[in-house]
Amino acid sequence: MAALQTTAISISQTNHLLEPNWAEITAITNETSDVSTYWLKFVDPSMQAGYSFKPGQFNMIYVPGFGESAISISSDSEDRDKIGHTIRFVGNVTRAISRLKIGDIVGLRGPFGSPWPVQEMEGKDIFIACGGIGLPPLRPVIYHIMHHREKYGKVTLLYGARTSGDLMYPTEYDEWRKADIDAQITVDRGDANWSGRVGVVPMWFYQFRLDARNTAVLTCGPEIMIRFVIYEALARRIPLENIFVSLERNMKCGQGSCGHCQLGPYFVCKDGPVFRFDALQPYFNVEEF
Amino acid sequence: MANNRRPEIGSTIAIQKPVFNIILRRLQENGYQIIGPRVKNETLVYGSIENMDELPYGYITEQKAGAFRLIQADHKHYFDAIPGAQSWKQFLFPPCVDLFTLRKNGNGWEISNSKLDSPSYAFIGVRACELAAIQIQDNIFMRPDFADPTYRERRQRVFIVSVNCLAPAGTCFCASMGNGPRVKDGYDLNLTELDDVFLLTVGSELARSLLDGIEYEDASAFMLTTAERSIERAAQQMGRTLDTNDLPELVLKNLDSPHWKEIGERCLSCGNCTQVCPTCFCWDAVDQMSLDGKTTSRTRVWDSCFNPGYSYLAGGNTRPTISSRYRQWLSHKLGTWKEQYGTLGCVGCGRCITWCPAEIDLTEEIAALRKETR
Amino acid sequence: MSSHKPTVAVHKFSSCDGCQLSILNMEDELLDLASAIDIAYFLEATRAEKPGPYDIAIVEGSITTPHEMERIKEIRSESKTLVALGTCATAGGIQALRNFANADDLASIVYAHPDYLHFLKTATPISEHVSVDLELWGCPVNKAQVIEVIVALLNHRKPNIPPYSVCMECKQRGTICVLVDKGIPCLGPATQAGCGAICPANGRGCYGCFGPYREGNPKSLSTTLQNIERYPGETARLFRGISGYAPSFRKTADAISANVKEAK
Repeated sequence: MAALQTTAISISQTNHLLEPNWAEITAITNETSDVSTYWLKFVDPSMQAGYSFKPGQFNMIYVPGFGESAISISSDSEDRDKIGHTIRFVGNVTRAISRLKIGDIVGLRGPFGSPWPVQEMEGKDIFIACGGIGLPPLRPVIYHIMHHREKYGKVTLLYGARTSGDLMYPTEYDEWRKADIDAQITVDRGDANWSGRVGVVPMWFYQFRLDARNTAVLTCGPEIMIRFVIYEALARRIPLENIFVSLERNMKCGQGSCGHCQLGPYFVCKDGPVFRFDALQPYFNVEEF
Repeated sequence: MANNRRPEIGSTIAIQKPVFNIILRRLQENGYQIIGPRVKNETLVYGSIENMDELPYGYITEQKAGAFRLIQADHKHYFDAIPGAQSWKQFLFPPCVDLFTLRKNGNGWEISNSKLDSPSYAFIGVRACELAAIQIQDNIFMRPDFADPTYRERRQRVFIVSVNCLAPAGTCFCASMGNGPRVKDGYDLNLTELDDVFLLTVGSELARSLLDGIEYEDASAFMLTTAERSIERAAQQMGRTLDTNDLPELVLKNLDSPHWKEIGERCLSCGNCTQVCPTCFCWDAVDQMSLDGKTTSRTRVWDSCFNPGYSYLAGGNTRPTISSRYRQWLSHKLGTWKEQYGTLGCVGCGRCITWCPAEIDLTEEIAALRKETR
Repeated sequence: MSSHKPTVAVHKFSSCDGCQLSILNMEDELLDLASAIDIAYFLEATRAEKPGPYDIAIVEGSITTPHEMERIKEIRSESKTLVALGTCATAGGIQALRNFANADDLASIVYAHPDYLHFLKTATPISEHVSVDLELWGCPVNKAQVIEVIVALLNHRKPNIPPYSVCMECKQRGTICVLVDKGIPCLGPATQAGCGAICPANGRGCYGCFGPYREGNPKSLSTTLQNIERYPGETARLFRGISGYAPSFRKTADAISANVKEAK
């Protein structure tokens, strides 16, 4: 009887839904009071050797008993020895991660999602505008540019945080500048420790000349900031196709199956998180969508 | 009337109704668990049945927005009761599935994956709309790039006996959606119930083999004509209609319509529509930890875009209002689904209308949206 | 988990003790529970008392007497985390029906010598008197949820308490909607899940004992229910039941009563 075909469809694939692979925390870098970078390495060396990601992609990190959370990868995609995740402790899972130590084991699935178009942007000027926890998913882009600096034109990073204490990776800015990346930092509120720019990211756009025909704008951060960055970019006649946005949504599976992260026709986990803005535009101004 | 010739795939035969029990028995002998409509607690459910006697013989269902009644009527049909809240979804995409259990082991965890095995189901009485819904869920759970193992395991062994609908209910609109009442494809056997006989169209080799040596005759021209007429009549008797001509554009162009807010006043955000919908597929995964923290099990459960936690993010809820959630549901069903999976997400079964306690009727809401935008 | 076993005190206020019994009913889990926490005060279970402060106070019952008003403040001051357990503690419970009437009149009906009683005019939830860290609803509470709350507290995480409607639980267990199928008034669409949808599974409507589903629409549900009332005023009565003093149910019942008056 087994040899006979029913009309049912068969697909060969034998994994288990949401089954995690195990990864060890090899190092923890404290970034700010509520943000740290967790450096992970698969317990199984062959899995580590086989793992690669593209700048902008994310992993699902699982803490048994607490759940899974989508975390963007913030490390160098050409470093195959370790995977960095810069995590803000705000939810159940991320707070559980904050209590883990070096040597502890977490579940890891990934990489998932669409990357920043680093290849397509070759030959262009690049303007990165991001805020707060929006820098970590863009750091792999910065590393990529540093590795292949000659392939890109003028590169600018305009990064803002609430206060100087909330800035991510402050010790790296000089290295980036040495690699001819114009890193411009701003904070919403100044204080005694800060002598640089004060003001939100979109406010400083006026100081930069963007070649409308040849600049790609990449943005990630709070949705309100993204909104204004896009207005500024459009006001400078940057074509929609040259604006790229990374979005955040509630995600449970990472594979476009559970439905949670939908935004219009898109599953942000599968079709995003990085979108070319022309794809987002029809839904961008619809409230609570 | 015994016939030693196996009917060909695509051919239609006529059997005396009691002969159908032989087919059911043969399915059981081949390891199938028979699932069909049956009466339980004075209502209609899908559950295990042994033979035809357990089918809702002589029943009909009366359905309108927010109300369902199972009624003993004066007819001699097994398949005239249009289904209730339950659908075949609960067998292929069960409401609750254990995924794995983890045991703490030093720094790490030892995993034991739950067994994927499920019974081989034989679904008896799958309506055209329901078959369309199964095909829609196939697109979701068995994508070329990602197949859900729990769904696939169940789906690939299902035997389907579909039924042409001859007596649609008050909330039915499969004809509008182009799915019914005639079953198109995807069945092993397709059944049309006439007064005296069942007509069976053979859809698969397995079905052919089950018919080996049973008593049948080839369906006569008269029988086929009677069946055709009954199906055409049923198409005219749909309780609801939905104009799909301007879908999905109508919905997607009116995401800012004030009408959503008006629906939000009525919608209970209870999630019933999504749970009875045979195509709704959203799920959540939850962990349950033991008291000593050393064991945890992970379970996949049905979720709903009407649930508060559904779109929750650390920064707040993406869809904090009931109207935004209703808009998400409807604009997905009749809008963005098309771009995602190539079809609309609604098959016209009418369950969301019948089982909405607030009597919200998507066919009316779409009509209202259309009227407003003129 | 820290090495020190957290101390837990279980306190009773005005209630039927049913929620405390749910804790005692955890036959299978009681041993594990005893090894995970140190039960320092639980008169229903043991006479042994350890003095405060406590890591976790579990409080059952509502505040109905002047003495209780004082006692809850003491308990708050000696507890790190305070959990309100059951619908008496979270919404006043069935005794909060007095809040919609005159408590003195009621007392004179029930008691021969009401002058000996010292009671408040209202029965109120714990949160009206002190700050509450976590509310667990139910009449009685679901023991699996009690365990989940304890596990969550021990592990410093949010308990996994479903924030959706009872309808979700009916559908998940395959119960056919009694409201739609039988016309039985049911508060399920406006009530928070957690009970496992027991009542509809037994052919009865939900009477809302797990409290309002926080993103529900009781106002719209009241319209539905008023259309299928089996006697006049049934809907308002249903909302004014065990969770009747919970703000959204209270508002809904008040609005129905106001409309009825207006119609007259």
